[in-house]
Amino acid sequence: MTTTPEGVSLGMPQLPAPAYPDDVRARLEADAREVVARYPDSRSALLPLLHLVQSEEGHVTRTGMRFCADVLGLTTAEVTAVATFYSMYRRGPSGDYQVGVCTNTLCAVLGGDAIFETLQEHLGVANGGTTEDGKVTLEHIECNAACDFAPVVMVNWEFFDNQTPASAKRLVDDLRAGVQVEPTRGAPLCTFKDTARILAGFPDTRDGAVEASGSSGPASLTGLRLAKGENPARVVHPRGGSAMNAPPQDTAASDPSHPAGPVTEEGE
Amino acid sequence: MTLAPESGGAARASEFERGVGTSPEKLLVPVLSAFWDEDRSWSLDVYRRHEGYEGLRKALAMTPDDLIAYVKDSGLRGRGGAGFPTGMKWQFIPQGDGKPHYLVVNADESEPGTCKDIPLLFANPHSLIEGIVIACYAIRSSHAFIYLRGEVVPVLRRLHEAVREAYAAGYLGENVLGSGLDLELTVHAGAGAYICGEETALLDSLEGRRGQPRLRPPFPAVAGLYACPTVVNNVESIASVPAILQKGKEWFRSMGTEKSPGFTLYSLSGHVTSPGQYEAPLGITLRQLLDMSGGMRAGHRLKFWTPGGSSTPMFTDEHLDVPLDYEGVGAAGSMLGTKALQCFDETTCVVRAVTRWTEFYAHESCGKCTPCREGTYWLVQLLRDIEAGKGAMSDLDKLNDIADNINGKSFCALGDGAASPIFSSLKYFREEYEDHITGRGCPFDPAKSTAWADRTEVNA
Repeated sequence: MTTTPEGVSLGMPQLPAPAYPDDVRARLEADAREVVARYPDSRSALLPLLHLVQSEEGHVTRTGMRFCADVLGLTTAEVTAVATFYSMYRRGPSGDYQVGVCTNTLCAVLGGDAIFETLQEHLGVANGGTTEDGKVTLEHIECNAACDFAPVVMVNWEFFDNQTPASAKRLVDDLRAGVQVEPTRGAPLCTFKDTARILAGFPDTRDGAVEASGSSGPASLTGLRLAKGENPARVVHPRGGSAMNAPPQDTAASDPSHPAGPVTEEGE
Repeated sequence: MTLAPESGGAARASEFERGVGTSPEKLLVPVLSAFWDEDRSWSLDVYRRHEGYEGLRKALAMTPDDLIAYVKDSGLRGRGGAGFPTGMKWQFIPQGDGKPHYLVVNADESEPGTCKDIPLLFANPHSLIEGIVIACYAIRSSHAFIYLRGEVVPVLRRLHEAVREAYAAGYLGENVLGSGLDLELTVHAGAGAYICGEETALLDSLEGRRGQPRLRPPFPAVAGLYACPTVVNNVESIASVPAILQKGKEWFRSMGTEKSPGFTLYSLSGHVTSPGQYEAPLGITLRQLLDMSGGMRAGHRLKFWTPGGSSTPMFTDEHLDVPLDYEGVGAAGSMLGTKALQCFDETTCVVRAVTRWTEFYAHESCGKCTPCREGTYWLVQLLRDIEAGKGAMSDLDKLNDIADNINGKSFCALGDGAASPIFSSLKYFREEYEDHITGRGCPFDPAKSTAWADRTEVNA
């Protein structure tokens, strides 16, 4: 068989991971010092440092874990135990854009399951798979705290609200074609590596990134607009997007047997 | 309609009698959300225009002990789920112990259905930062942390910017507003783990470890972050404090009920006409919220809903008039939780919904406690079989039995949360489970439940 160490199967442990090249290590060490300085105890910097090494290579490599261990005075086993616990750290190479479809109950029921199936078929990849061009990694994700915008798709952890199978297909097509895509809530997309650097605690310095997409999504304002005396029918409807000019919504009052309908019980 | 007698003051009760009680202007009280529709609502300038950091000035004029007593008197209770009185949590921090004290804000909002803290932080992050400064002054802490779940980069951006602005304006850093308080605030992004919303798992995670819950006692107030006295509070709890200081505890107590005073964010989602955030006094009902907002989607009726996320036992249309406060929801057999009102209509298969939630708990179980780790695994196996029409009637009792063996038998509440949808769905919808077994499959068409099912211009 082969004589390379990787090919030998003698139950031997892997050789230590190679270190980063000197220039990369020097740059990351400067960043790491900044991260460590935020905490009273250096070990607290481990999660941000794992985000940092992920921003270097797109996933958490053995080299990256060794770097974290060296910086914090931990064993690589201690670092590996943490890196494998959290779902945002990737274990292998993946795409520039991580497309996550929420399939927790509420989004799933409102269409997340259909969107996820459509995208798997459209991209020809299964859960966790990456397209051949290396652009898109598809996965299903858990509840991302945007249930009033369901069904939700996240790309590099920016919000794409109120999606449909058709809009999600357009989204991934645009990502693969290199078209600049703007989330409904969040900043114009950067790559997964850039996102990981923000997660490590280094603010996004792009012009307009903080203010992008406005103060709030429409659903966040539903109650506020009602409290200001706007009729629900005139409230911009978060679902459709085009409801501003649509005729007033039918309400559940149209269903006389509907126990939750407005006013049906009021006169009782 | 029925209304809990304590649901408002005398003035409000008479309005209800006159039949104007469902007007949203009367029922909703936007406080934290009051200016989310303004341009750059997240910026310091806009926050200051809305009395921002005025509550802090009033707080700094008090002694820390008086401040704790004031927040205690306001009756503010934790908005993260358990409803523990916030002022009391602060009071538990031992003073004069010579150890550093820490404030850790739990911004790991991940409970399925829960979506209040994320829009709050996106649109109004300074309300949290002002609350943090006030809380740290009260508990004599000089370092606070915001543990934000990692999967919300837009919110992280605005927190980074808001913290930068607050430092530049002298609300953070050395000698805050000349008060002598030195305060560092660190924004810490998590890395994807529901369990880290549990306060002791969150502390382990913030210490750079796997997020696994700790056995209590000792409680965090005695041995929290780095084994030092630590307050862990939910985002909304802390963000509510500045308004209490600015407008007064009497103002706060004039809303809500005797035991659940104040305002809070209710998050309406699912098969409703107008999903979104509704800020209202505690004790409002789902019927009132639906009435003012267009009800369920046209032509459909409410089947089941959660009062506070998937871990709170589900309700049905029988519970539309339950006052949504800590006592009201508790008395009806559930928990107020995070006020995540996920509403599902008659097109939704309850077995599918519960199976998916259970898969979530199995995925997110940290593995520390055997009942939760193994129990959630076996619940998923049984539920998948039942949903696919391959179950047996005896499986239903087995589900109940396994849930019973998880409930209350693990270190943290994740196990209890996993048991809740099982117990409550079997209580209200046992027949539907039986139909899956006798009918050898699911009688529902998932296409009818989608957001676009009733649209004419189908773009699916």
